[in-house]
Amino acid sequence: MAIGNKTRDNLWTLITAPTIWGVHFLLCYGSVAYGCAPNENIFQTIGGFRIFVGGLTVVALAGIGFVFMRALGEWRRNGGRIPHEEDSAEVRERFLEFSTVLLAGLSFIAVIYTALPAAMMVDCR
Amino acid sequence: MSDATIDQGATRWAGKSDTEKAQADLNFGNVPPASERDQDDPEVRAGQEARLRHVWAEPKGWRYWSAVNNTEVGLWYTATSFAFMLFAGVLGLMMRVQLSAPDNDFLTASFYNQVYTLHGTVMMFLFAVPIFEAVAIILLPQMLGARDLPFPRLSAFGYWCFLIGGVFVCGSIFFGAAPEGGWFMYPPLTTQERFSPGYGADIWLLGLSFIEVASIAAAVELIVGTLKCRPPGMRLNLMPLYAWYVLVVAGMILFAFPPLIAGDILFELERLFNWPFFDPERGGDPMLWQHLFWIFGHPEVYIVFLPAIALLAMIIPTFARRPIVGYSFIVLAAVGTGFLSFGLWVHHMFATGLPAISLGFFSAASEAVAIPTAVQIFVFLATLLAGRVIYSVPMLFVSGALAIFVIGGLTGVMVALAPFDWQAHDTYFVVAHLHYVLLGGMLFPVVAGIYYYWPMMGGRRLSDKLGKIAFWLMFIGFNTAFLPMHWSGLIGMPRRVWTYPADIGLELPNLISSIGAFVFAAGFVTVVWDVLRPRKGEPYAERNTWNAGTLEWLAEVPDEAWGVRSVPIVSSRYPLWQQKNFIADVDMGRFYMPDAEEGKRETMVTSVLDAEPLQCLRVPGPTFMTFWAAVFLGAVFILATFHLWTLTLMTAVFAVAAILVWLWRGTALQPEKDEKDVGLGLKLPLYKSGPQSVGWWAMFITMTGDATAFVSLVFGYFFYFTVSPVFPPPMMAGEEIGPGLTWPLISLGLFAASWLAAIFARNTNSKGAVGTARLLMGAGVALSLAASAAMLWGPYVTGLIPTVHVYPATVWVLAIWAACHGAVGALMLAYCLARSLAGRMTPTHDIDIVNVALYWHFTAGTAFVTVATIALFPLAV
Repeated sequence: MAIGNKTRDNLWTLITAPTIWGVHFLLCYGSVAYGCAPNENIFQTIGGFRIFVGGLTVVALAGIGFVFMRALGEWRRNGGRIPHEEDSAEVRERFLEFSTVLLAGLSFIAVIYTALPAAMMVDCR
Repeated sequence: MSDATIDQGATRWAGKSDTEKAQADLNFGNVPPASERDQDDPEVRAGQEARLRHVWAEPKGWRYWSAVNNTEVGLWYTATSFAFMLFAGVLGLMMRVQLSAPDNDFLTASFYNQVYTLHGTVMMFLFAVPIFEAVAIILLPQMLGARDLPFPRLSAFGYWCFLIGGVFVCGSIFFGAAPEGGWFMYPPLTTQERFSPGYGADIWLLGLSFIEVASIAAAVELIVGTLKCRPPGMRLNLMPLYAWYVLVVAGMILFAFPPLIAGDILFELERLFNWPFFDPERGGDPMLWQHLFWIFGHPEVYIVFLPAIALLAMIIPTFARRPIVGYSFIVLAAVGTGFLSFGLWVHHMFATGLPAISLGFFSAASEAVAIPTAVQIFVFLATLLAGRVIYSVPMLFVSGALAIFVIGGLTGVMVALAPFDWQAHDTYFVVAHLHYVLLGGMLFPVVAGIYYYWPMMGGRRLSDKLGKIAFWLMFIGFNTAFLPMHWSGLIGMPRRVWTYPADIGLELPNLISSIGAFVFAAGFVTVVWDVLRPRKGEPYAERNTWNAGTLEWLAEVPDEAWGVRSVPIVSSRYPLWQQKNFIADVDMGRFYMPDAEEGKRETMVTSVLDAEPLQCLRVPGPTFMTFWAAVFLGAVFILATFHLWTLTLMTAVFAVAAILVWLWRGTALQPEKDEKDVGLGLKLPLYKSGPQSVGWWAMFITMTGDATAFVSLVFGYFFYFTVSPVFPPPMMAGEEIGPGLTWPLISLGLFAASWLAAIFARNTNSKGAVGTARLLMGAGVALSLAASAAMLWGPYVTGLIPTVHVYPATVWVLAIWAACHGAVGALMLAYCLARSLAGRMTPTHDIDIVNVALYWHFTAGTAFVTVATIALFPLAV
């Protein structure tokens, strides 16, 4: 079907960005929880894990940024405009791209939120 | 239908009974294809309507209870959830009476514990979640212009499970045997006999596990319904917002409920067999329960909230007289909340002593979730500002909902901050917060939904006057009851205390709360009276009484059982507003499937993205089998509660038999012809297997939920590994620990062989080599039974005793999980073999084996992860 772009959007591409947030979140929490367990020495520093979280955050933000730029670029180049209520496969595609952009934006902010505690806390207290 | 065919039919059936005569008049099987009929001919239409009416008629007399159609099941579901809600409401009032004065002795401490535990449990598990399923079962097919959901019998089964489990849990309080541990049942308070004697905790666990089955059944039904049963042309960008919310929420149920089921399994194994999952003295850890419970529990808040907000997304455009502003933003909000809500669970555990950095992650996500939540509120406000608002009772409840919910949301942002939460944790501040969120986010929207949708369901509008009285009583009563709780909480009144002393400043706020609770209850009783009061003389509401734009308002008044007269072609978001002559075209049968030519219940299956027609799906009609399946399955859970093991096993056999009979008679039926003319020159196949069939999707979705439960159990294993100093623990010197390598690896080999047998059976069957396929299915049965036996033999032969320490217990639980999946896989292959031998499964009609092969992909994965965890992982560390 000709819809004038490279990526054919679907429900999976729609949830890519929040899925990246989810994986990032789990790895951040899981790694630090593992690093501090069994939590007997609360002043134990977690420098290595903080670096890990930092690196992970860069990767996650890059991934989400890519999703964001890809969807936004395709939406703009193909003349996307809200409210996406016409009856055609093209408009459905534009709608999915635009919603992907929104979700990527939310996921981007949420990843930064998640990373903040690791930027500020130095030990297992 | 021509006169000649009628005459022919009449002669052929001369001398038969009245029913048979009536059937002959309907002329099933002799009707010309839909595309050849003249829809402008009233006689043609009358014949079609008679057939549709006959096919979709609800069963008469006592057989009424065998109905499976979404209209009947949805109504029972809604009524039952409200009955449970009223029951739990009475419990709430009893608590308020007890707390209205200091040192009150209206209830004893123990009975008060039962009352608040059941109040929370029933409101959450028997009202808030089921009401979503109930309303969605009624509304979704209507909104999608579908005649029914794809698995009507599954809905009916879910309903009966819900009813039986709910009555069991609620009934316990009349015997003084209700659970006492609070709605989240924290161990070790609830796992150890010395703290919680009696059956209370078991009733909670087994009764609710059984109801969770119903929730997952509904999730499967609603996901497949939303994705595959939309009317032709309803692309993703044209879907009603309610359907987006249903899709998201059903997906959330699929990932939220299984961790709780996994937790229930561990919990019940500890209670029944003394396996020490939550006992620190034997390596267990009560925190695992908190994790599993809240991985379920926090998403559940949004599972409750989103469908109610979805009702607002339908009501607001109608009364603002314009399409929603920011459709994509609602999708963002629904999907975004769906995801973020899984990153919040530890905010219920801020006070448990986890490292601050862990709390930080969850605090951050709890703040982030406010963004999508607020987006939808702003979308609603923008729609109202941009439209010309018509004031009405539903809108009154909508505005009340928004006001209350926003207050609850703001206190939510407060308690999401760990330092504030440490002050407010387990006080009445939290009680106030959660009631503002749940009543503003769920109850008020649902009541708005009742006033909005009642004309569609009951045929008449509810009273404006009573509605306004009810609203003001509820709104004022609610705030009077719950606003002072912020205050009593900050003074320091803890949750769940059965009484408090005088002279510490708690008398006044509590007395005000109690008065408010009764005012609120009076308002709700007014709603109930408005719904139930006899109104024989009143005229019917006109069709589409609020002048709404979406498909559910096609419903005739009084309602016809067929759902829609013809399945429309949709090209806009609000077809009743935006498509010319739409209602008339639907009514004249000018769209698809205007007839039931062969006397079968049918609905249309379309593609996921653009809703292109794919299949004319035959859906099954009334049966009592789903009822019996639920009764026997319910008996399994209830008898297990009282440790009646022989009877439990017997009823389990009956339950399996009932399910098999249901499947055998009602699923993967071979149609009498390959394809059918559905009108407008379109021919659709009647039978599809593989990824295009709804059954395949249902299996895929169910197994995704199943895999989530399994992952939760594996999480348990690694949780113990993380929190224990040495895991697996060093046992007595010189003894081998763990299940060894030999038997788990043999089992893995056998699982792989059964998996291959299932795949090759599917492939050879579809190529026509039926004999080879049957041989492979038979081999698969033997191989998978051997695989299960080998899986259990490993821990048995190495002498792992599950009651000694949590390590052997987790190994056993994983091995049993895998072995059960092998046994169920064997049963499935045996079923396929029987179907093939009976001629019900052929190379072209192969839904059964294709779905079973899909099941085996998941089971092979389960076996691999199990063996990797219990046998290989200990070697690696």
